[in-house]
Formats: sequence, C-alpha cells, structure tokens
Amino acid sequence: MISLELLVASAIALLTAAGVYLVLRRRTFPVVLGLAFLSYAINVFLFAMGRLVIDRPPIYDKAAEGYTDPLPQALVLTAIVIAFGMTAFVVVLALRSFLETGVDRVDGTPDAESDR
Amino acid sequence: MLLVLAVLPLLGAIAPALAIRFGRNASALAAGAVTLAALVILGALAPAVMAGETVQVRIDWIPSLGLNFNLFLDALGLMFAGMILGIGLLIIIYARFYLAKADPMGRFFTYLLLFQGAMLGIVLSDNVLLLLIFWELTSLSSFLLIGFWRSLPEGRQGARMALAITGAGGLSLIGGLLILGNIAGSYDLTVILQNKDAIQASPLYLPALLLILGGCFTKSAQFPFHFWLPHAMAAPTPVSAYLHSATMVKAGIFMLARLWPVLAGTDAWFYLVATTGLVTMVFAAVVALFKDDLKGLLAYSTISHLGFLTMLFGFGTPMAAVVGVFHILNHATFKAALFMNAGIVDHETGTRDIRRLGGLATLMPIAATLAVLAGLSMAGIPPLNGFISKEMMLEQAGHTVWWGQPWLVPVLATLGATFSVAYSFRYIVHVYFGKRRTDYPRAPHDPGVGLWGPPAVLVALVVAIGLFPAVVAGPLVEQVSRAVIGGDTPYYSLSLWHGVTPALFMSLCAIGLGLGLLFAHRRIAAIWHDLPLPDAKTLFEGVVAAAARSAAWFTDRVHNGSLERHIAMFIGTAVVVGFAGFLGFAFVAGDRPTTPASPLAVVAWMALVVATALVLLHHRARYLSLIYIGIVGLVISLAFIHMSAPDLALTQISVEVVTILLLLLALNLLPKTSPRESGAPRRIRDGTLAVMSGLGVGGAAWAVMTRPLDSISGYFWDNAKPGGGGTNVVNVILVDFRGFDTFGEIIVLGIAALGIFALLETAGVGPSGRRILAWKPDTPRSPEHHPMMLVVATRLLLPLAIMVGLYIFLRGHNQPGGGFIAGLVISIALLMQYMASGFQFADQRLRADHHTLIGLGVLIAAATGLGSLLFGSPFMTTAFGYFSLPVIGKFELATAMLFDTGVALTVVGAVILALAQLSQVAQSAEKQEPLEADEAMDVDPSRPSPAQTEAGA
Repeated sequence: MISLELLVASAIALLTAAGVYLVLRRRTFPVVLGLAFLSYAINVFLFAMGRLVIDRPPIYDKAAEGYTDPLPQALVLTAIVIAFGMTAFVVVLALRSFLETGVDRVDGTPDAESDR
Repeated sequence: MLLVLAVLPLLGAIAPALAIRFGRNASALAAGAVTLAALVILGALAPAVMAGETVQVRIDWIPSLGLNFNLFLDALGLMFAGMILGIGLLIIIYARFYLAKADPMGRFFTYLLLFQGAMLGIVLSDNVLLLLIFWELTSLSSFLLIGFWRSLPEGRQGARMALAITGAGGLSLIGGLLILGNIAGSYDLTVILQNKDAIQASPLYLPALLLILGGCFTKSAQFPFHFWLPHAMAAPTPVSAYLHSATMVKAGIFMLARLWPVLAGTDAWFYLVATTGLVTMVFAAVVALFKDDLKGLLAYSTISHLGFLTMLFGFGTPMAAVVGVFHILNHATFKAALFMNAGIVDHETGTRDIRRLGGLATLMPIAATLAVLAGLSMAGIPPLNGFISKEMMLEQAGHTVWWGQPWLVPVLATLGATFSVAYSFRYIVHVYFGKRRTDYPRAPHDPGVGLWGPPAVLVALVVAIGLFPAVVAGPLVEQVSRAVIGGDTPYYSLSLWHGVTPALFMSLCAIGLGLGLLFAHRRIAAIWHDLPLPDAKTLFEGVVAAAARSAAWFTDRVHNGSLERHIAMFIGTAVVVGFAGFLGFAFVAGDRPTTPASPLAVVAWMALVVATALVLLHHRARYLSLIYIGIVGLVISLAFIHMSAPDLALTQISVEVVTILLLLLALNLLPKTSPRESGAPRRIRDGTLAVMSGLGVGGAAWAVMTRPLDSISGYFWDNAKPGGGGTNVVNVILVDFRGFDTFGEIIVLGIAALGIFALLETAGVGPSGRRILAWKPDTPRSPEHHPMMLVVATRLLLPLAIMVGLYIFLRGHNQPGGGFIAGLVISIALLMQYMASGFQFADQRLRADHHTLIGLGVLIAAATGLGSLLFGSPFMTTAFGYFSLPVIGKFELATAMLFDTGVALTVVGAVILALAQLSQVAQSAEKQEPLEADEAMDVDPSRPSPAQTEAGA
C-alpha cells in the first residue's frame, strides 16, 4: 500500500529538484518559475512538519475526535502570502531589468557573450 | 550604582554631540559633566572597596549562553576606573583648549566618551563574554579616535593598523577566554579566578594561555606586535595622552593582572610573559632614544614601560606583582603628563621635531618645569615616583634566574633602564635646554592654564607619590595587590630609600651610562640611522596587500560575475554539507505508522508529477509552462484540503490566481520564449544538483513525517477559545498568539508592493522608457479591447465576490477564512474589473488609493496591537465579547477582527498596487490612448493585428 507520507515526501523532492534546476537557468522567467517551485516545496515541507492527518481540521469543536497541529499551518499561511510578495517582486525586477538592458538574463550580460 | 557607573559614559556619549550646537564650551562641559558624574559615583563606591569589599551587580542577559550583564568592582577595577575617569577628565579639559576651531569637537568628545565607557566596561566586567564585548568596543572606538583627523593619510593608515592588530588580538582573546570559561564551568571571572588548579592542570591550559597572551600582547603593544602604537601617534595629542598612558594599552596589562591568580606561576607563563616583556622593554627603550619626533619618542617609551610591566607580571611572584601594580599607577601619571607636554610644545612652537627644538626653558618656564619633573620621573631619578617603582623593579630583576642564567635578566633590565635614562634626558635637555634658537616655526610662549593645568595636576601627583609613597599610594597599592594576587601581600615597603642594595647600584649604573649615552647621542644616532633596520609599516602593509591579493584571487575564482555559477556553488555547498552531515551518523527509520493513500491522492500526485515534468520540459515556452505550473498549485491546494488544512487550501488557491495573473501581465512585455543556451555539461551539472537537493529535502521530510510528533501546540489548543475567543486555531494563532509575526509579514508585503511600485513607476525614463516606447506587441491582439461577455460577467460578479470575501473574513475567527484569504478574494474581484474593463475604467472607479490602503492596513493592525496597552494588557492582547442584537441574534466581536481588517486591507492594497502598476506599464507600451471612461465596452475593429502592422511597415 502506498502511504500518503511517501507521496508527499516524493512530491517535495520533485518540487525541490524542479525548483533548483529552474533557478539555475540563465533567463529570468524560468528562474521566477523555479522560485515558485521552491516556495511550493518549502511550504509543503513546513506543513508536513506537523505530520499528515486526514479529516482533523484545526477547528475547535466539542464533537471532533481530534485535531491536526495548527502551528505549522499558521506559519505556512503567512509563508504562502510572503512567497507571493517575493514572486511578484522578482518578476517585476526581471521585467525592469529586461526593459533597462534589453536582455532578460539574470545577470544582465549581453546575448553575444559565450556560455560560462 | 555600579550599573549606572558602567553605562553612564556610553549613554552620556550623545551629550557632547548634542551640546555642540551651543558651542565648544558647552560640548566640553557636557563631556566633562558626564565624566565627573561617573567619577563621583566611583568615589562613593570607593570606601567600601578600599575596606576590602567587592561591589557586584548581576543582571541576566542571555543566561542560556552564559552571557550575563555581571559587573564587579574590586580594588584592581577601582584603580583602573579611577585612572580612566580621572585622566579622562583632565584630557577633556586639555582637549577643549588643544583642538583647533576647525576640528569637530562634538564628534571628538562623543568618541572619547564611547572609548571611556568601553574601557570602564573592561575593568568592571565580571562576565568574560561581556568583557570581550567591551574589549572589541575599545578597539572600534580607538579606531575612530586615532583616525579622528580623517583628512590625514597617516591618521587613516594608523587607525587601520591599530584596528587590524588589536582586532586580531581581540579574536585571539575571545578564543582564550572561552577555553578558560569552559574549564572553569562558568564565564564569570569571580568563578574563574577560584579555579587555578583546574585551569593549570587542564591540557588546554597552554592553548588558552597562548590565545589570551595574543590578545594582551597586541593590545599592550608588546614585541613583535608593538608597531601599531607609534603609528597611532597620528591621532590628536589628547588622544595619544589618553590611550597610551592610562587606558587602551593598559587594557592588556589589566588582563595580565586580572588573570594573574589563575594563569601565573607556571614555567610557560614565566618564559612567555617575562621574556616578551624584557625584550620589549630593552628593544623599545633603544629605539626611543633615536626617535626625533617627540611623540615617537614617547610612543616607544610607552612600549618600553609596557614591557617593564609585562615582565613584572611575568615573573609570577607576588612581590613582582605588587611592583607592577605600583608602576601602573606611576607610569600613568608621568606618561600622560609628558604626552600633554609634547602637545603643548607642538601647539606653541609648531613642531615636534627634537632636532628643531632646544632652549625652550626660558621661553616656556611652566611647561619646562612640568616636563623636567615628569621626565625625571620617567628616567627614574629620586625623589619622584618613577624612581621608586623602577628601583623595586630592578630589585626583582636582580634575583630572577632565566634558564639557569642568574645574570641575564639583571643586566638586560639595567640596560633597559640605561636607555630609559638616556631618552628621558634627551626629552628634557634637547627640547628645553641648550641654546635658544631663532628658527622656531612659531614664537613659543607658555600656553594658557587650560593646557598646562591638567598635566600640572598629574605632575603634582608624581611629586607627591615620590615624596610620600606610603601615605599617598600605599593603601591603594596594598588593596590592588591583594586583588591581583588573590591573597595576602608579601612584605614590601614603599619608600625612597631602601638602603645600599644591588638595585641602588644598578640604578646608579643606569643613570651614569644613560647620561653617557646622551652625551654621545649625535655619534651613536648617526650609526643607528645607517643600520638597515626593517620598517614595520612596510612589512605590515606588504602582508595586508598580499592578503588582499589572495582574497581577490580566491573571490575571482569563486565568483566570476555569473550569478548562475554563484547560485550553483551555493546550492552545491548546501548539498555537500547536508549529505556530509547525513552520512556522519547511523540513520534509523522512523516508527510512526504511515497513512494509507487514497486512490484520489495517488491520482493527484500523478497530476503533480506530470505537470512538473511538463514545466521542466517546456520551460522555454513561457505561456505553456505557466499553465502547467498552475496545475501544480491546484494540486497543492487540493492536498491541503485533503490533509486537514482548509485555511491553507483557501490561501493557496487565491494566491495561485493572483500569481498567475501577475506573471501573465509581466509576460506580456517579456520575451515569450527562452532560447536554448546551456550545453549538455551545464544541464548535467544543474540536473545533478537538482536531483541531489530534491533527494536531500524529500528525504528529510520523509524522515520527519515517519517519526512521532512532539508539538508545542497544546498550549494554543487550550487557550485559543478561552484566551483568543476563536475556534479556528490557525486564525487565532495568526492574529493573536503570533500576531506580532503577522504584523511583520504584512509590513513585508507592503514593502514588496512599494518596491514594485518604485521599480515600475520609474520605468518610463531612460533606456527602459525608450524600450517601452519602441515596444511592439509580439502576440496577436483581440480586436475587442474589452470583450462584452467578460465585462458583463465580472461586473455582475463583483458584488458577489466582495460578499464572499466579507463572509470569509467575518467567519475567519471561528471557521476557515480570515484576513489574508478575504484580502486575496476581494483583490481578485477587483482585478477582474481591471482585466475585463481596462485599467482606466477600474482605476477611476476604485476611489481608494493603493498606498493609502497599505498604510491604513498596517496602521490599523498596529493601533489594535497598541490598543491593548491602554487596558493594561501586553502588546497585541485580544479582547472579545459576545453581544446579541434583535433579529441577528448572538454574535461575537473581537479586537482580533480589527487586526484582521488591517491584514486584509494591506493585502488588497499590495496586490492591487502591484498589478495596477504592471498593467499601467503594459498600457503605455501598448500605446493605447486613454479611453473615454464610459466606453469600456467598446469594440475597436480598426485596431490592427500585429501581422497587419508588419505588412504595413
């Protein structure tokens, strides 16, 4: 039987790997996507620190049988919003850099330069 | 009281900087008042200390690190504090009259008080970690003082050199004191000083000793670290007088004395410390004789006397320690007076070059008298205080055996004393006596009392201690010696006449030979200057330049300007360190029972895997990759729902929408594809890094998830309802328990939005503005500006969407929802208007200014947090109550809702600001004419498609 933990752990691994690969690209847009992937991976990772629990939302209720850990959720919630702020800022930075230099490379080097 | 004493100069340092607005006198008065106040406090504490008590203050700072604000004042601290404050006060008076009008005096006194506070901290600290902080502060503040005349290159170089040497010594001292603290089991000096046997028996004794001596020897300018001190003479003379007589350079001696009870008495201590001191004393005395600069002579003389003191403490006998204590006091008095005297000569004649001076005695009788008295004391001539301590030192040296040689130390000590006599007399004779010259740069005359008064006070002490040593200095020396030795003092007598002793014979030898040396000075100096002696400054700068070159070489290797390469190294390092750590211990699989996955979960997982793979495959096709990454976000939202995190799911899905919109808008102006640029080796390298990172992070997640949970959340559970008034514990944590975090995060979000605003608002000028003007749409455009269906649908949806947002907001405290999510939903509703009806249309109707929204949100959140202070509760305490209204029924009101309102407003403001700004830039790039406000639903069939534009061109 496949466990949920295995699925989540492998998803985190995959998201991290995709994020790292894309972050290492030379053009801005893939790097932005890479940062988004890393945000996904890290948020899910932090969330998973509270362990995986099904159908036990952290809502206080006398009838409920149990709850999942609310603390990682609270931390991840703000992390998601902050990750949005970061993505927005980075993509605008990329846009401005493109407008300023005419190339959309992360380090603003002209196209003619050879691969380093 | 002790606490006030310790922090007074540091806090008071701001006073002269403020007082300078009211003139130089006010500034000096402020600095003097602070110092005098500290001196008065010290005076009030003194009787108890002199009676043998130790005054202590203990304040816990970071107890878990052993770092506490523990102070103690014993006799050793009292003597040093007295010198620091007493001479400090004299220096402040002197500096007021010494500094020129153009010198920024407020800054000077501020630096001086900072330095004074740091020195005071060293001598009062009980906790060695605290002491180290003050130790570094003296290095930093002395850097500012030495480089006070910023325009002088020597000043800057001298300050840098002092900082480099004493800073490096500080690092060494940190290491040594940490080892000492670990051996003793406490970082409190009072405890460390009780652990002599444990420390000296420890195998780490020698490393600790070497490191501590590294700190002491650099600070106290011992050979071969002595060379920074002469270069620090580029400082204004008051600084030299202060730093190099009683304070900065004595810090190293202070540490030797302070740690004497636990470190001294071993062979290692004797050979390291006494030998260094002896070598320094003789070597520096020789160099001093051949210095033509008055301050240079005094600088080497200071080094020599520091060697003298180091040697005495190095002997390791209680008697030698007593002499050391006594000489600390004597040296401070005559050396500060002489430095101030050199300043007077410089000030009045315009030169410090001994070769250009002479015959000043009749021109400047007061300065001459002071110089003669202080100079004779430095030479060790009776009946002055320098004579007594020098004779006691010779007595100690007389029976010290070095490596089986009974004659070595006495002969060298006498040699040092000989040169000391010679340079002291050179200072007196070559400056003040001999023929009066006609070519002084300025016409010399005695200065005002402001300049000669302070050294006169010190010279009075020199004479008083010399004539009545047992009365004036006896009690203090006795108590301080007890504090240094950590027990009873041996028999000694402070008096001018000790009878016909070997020391008297050595003294007489030194005086006779020294006068002979002075007589032959011209001939010996000629030989000396012909000697090929290495210049310490050149050597030092060579070392620094070599270090800078190798650092630059290394940096260039690591970072050639390519950001990808830099990030790759960063990630690679993390991977290597992570795996090295993992391989270092035996991994045991966790035993927490796993949760079986439902078929639906497996399907979602597969969707995520496929979408991620598609993004990777098609990341060059940017629109396509955006669609695929949307799938990933969707799956994660679903996963959050599945795994009991409704709040996260709501947040994730709404953030997803906003993010994709934003990326779409940005992509409109960015290139639509990325060219294939990386070769196979690059892709293999990146792929390897990616796979290794993924394995590492995924493995860590797996390892944690399969282990039992030990959470601190029990507290939140128990208090969410009774304390926070909400049943949605996640939201209660956000707005109440961790409200301060949330407050910080909305500020971050607001700043990100303002950053975006700043980046785009200025995009219209310069090369960026020209590119916007020259920009041509590279994708087909719809002939309809604003598709009718979309416009109608979004306008109908707007009230509904806002309604949903409000609903989510209101229920957020008890059910999934809250300010973040509500803010995002409302933002989406507004964004739809921008998309469907155009920027102009929406912007004109959205009356609220985005900046105001952000600011208002943060302010409301802050005001809510502060509000609880008014009711006597801590910052950000939630108050709530239940009310009932007819028709609506019972409902709850909580201040947390007000806080959440702030959160929601900030989120709306930030999102709209970012997207509106982007669409505004896009609009100017599209070169759309501002439309009539009411024509949002227009159709413009005349608008050419890009294909037509190109055909026309």
